[in-house]
Amino acid sequence: MAKFAGKNEKETPALNMGSMSDIIFMLLFFFMVITTMRESSLYVKITVPKGTEVSKLEKKSLVSYINVGFPMQEMQAQYGTDARIQLNDQISDVSDIIQFVELEKAQRPEEDRPFLTMAIKSDKDVKMGLISDIKQELRTAGALKIFYNAAKDGARK
Amino acid sequence: MAKRKTPGLNTSSMSDISFLLLAFFLMVSSINSDMGIARKLPPPLPPTQEKPPEIHQRNIFVVKINSKDRLLFDGEIGRVEDLRERAKTFLSNPDNLPNLPEKEVVDIPLLGKTEVSKGVISLRNDRGTSWDMYFQVQNELAGAINELKDEMSLAKFSKKYADLKDAQRDAIDRAIPVAISEAEPTKVGGQNNG
Repeated sequence: MAKFAGKNEKETPALNMGSMSDIIFMLLFFFMVITTMRESSLYVKITVPKGTEVSKLEKKSLVSYINVGFPMQEMQAQYGTDARIQLNDQISDVSDIIQFVELEKAQRPEEDRPFLTMAIKSDKDVKMGLISDIKQELRTAGALKIFYNAAKDGARK
Repeated sequence: MAKRKTPGLNTSSMSDISFLLLAFFLMVSSINSDMGIARKLPPPLPPTQEKPPEIHQRNIFVVKINSKDRLLFDGEIGRVEDLRERAKTFLSNPDNLPNLPEKEVVDIPLLGKTEVSKGVISLRNDRGTSWDMYFQVQNELAGAINELKDEMSLAKFSKKYADLKDAQRDAIDRAIPVAISEAEPTKVGGQNNG
């Protein structure tokens, strides 16, 4: 009967936590690798349109973003409620685009410059007048590769 | 000298630290996969531009979007959902109809002599057209071209376009060019901005 006598006094063995940190570190490295830090905060609100034929944007380092949208609530006092363009960190006008393209080109190595892609990330309620102006400026600036940002529409086929 | 055992380091706080780091990266990371449609703009026109080459009427498929986001193609008001089929028929002209685009026989490596459509989709929008509507139209046109490319790659290489090798893909790209021409927008919708 001695076999069963001690049963009630037995404690649950402590879990070995030694490998816990290994697991967490693995997760940590995973997130560190896939993370891209947000470079600039957006001043405009953008809801991109949805499409079925969208593909992934290749070569992130060769992409510059042109954000078009309506200023956020707290920015409306300064920039109004009409659709505006945001280049890098500031609200800009259409006429600033040529300079922006030049700047973006200058930042990249010589051999990569022809492959610079301008991604137009625009809110779906923005009118085409503004976008056409942007496209016209891009043509003048010689940035002919463009990309229309959109979201994948999973529901439709 | 007495042999002393080094005391074990207390590593229980290690996981706390790494948890903290993990939480930080979880918060700041955004797995942003940018999706969209890639297009090419036409190069700027030289100032001394003679008249653009005449395009035969049967080779143009006119798509117009007005300031109220209504769509017009082939001379009649239509729905976005029907645009893809119509664009496909126009670009492929399967029955060689006389009112649909002509074809030109081009010698393409890997494919041999191939009929390439001379059809051009002319897209015209208004300054008042919404970006969403414009994008949907671009999406449908891209869809039409993608489906044609898929059909051709299945017929020639018995693989989908996405699974082809680079050289094969180039060949298909030459056989089915992205022939979308955009005209200057009209100005009914007036204002610059939304």
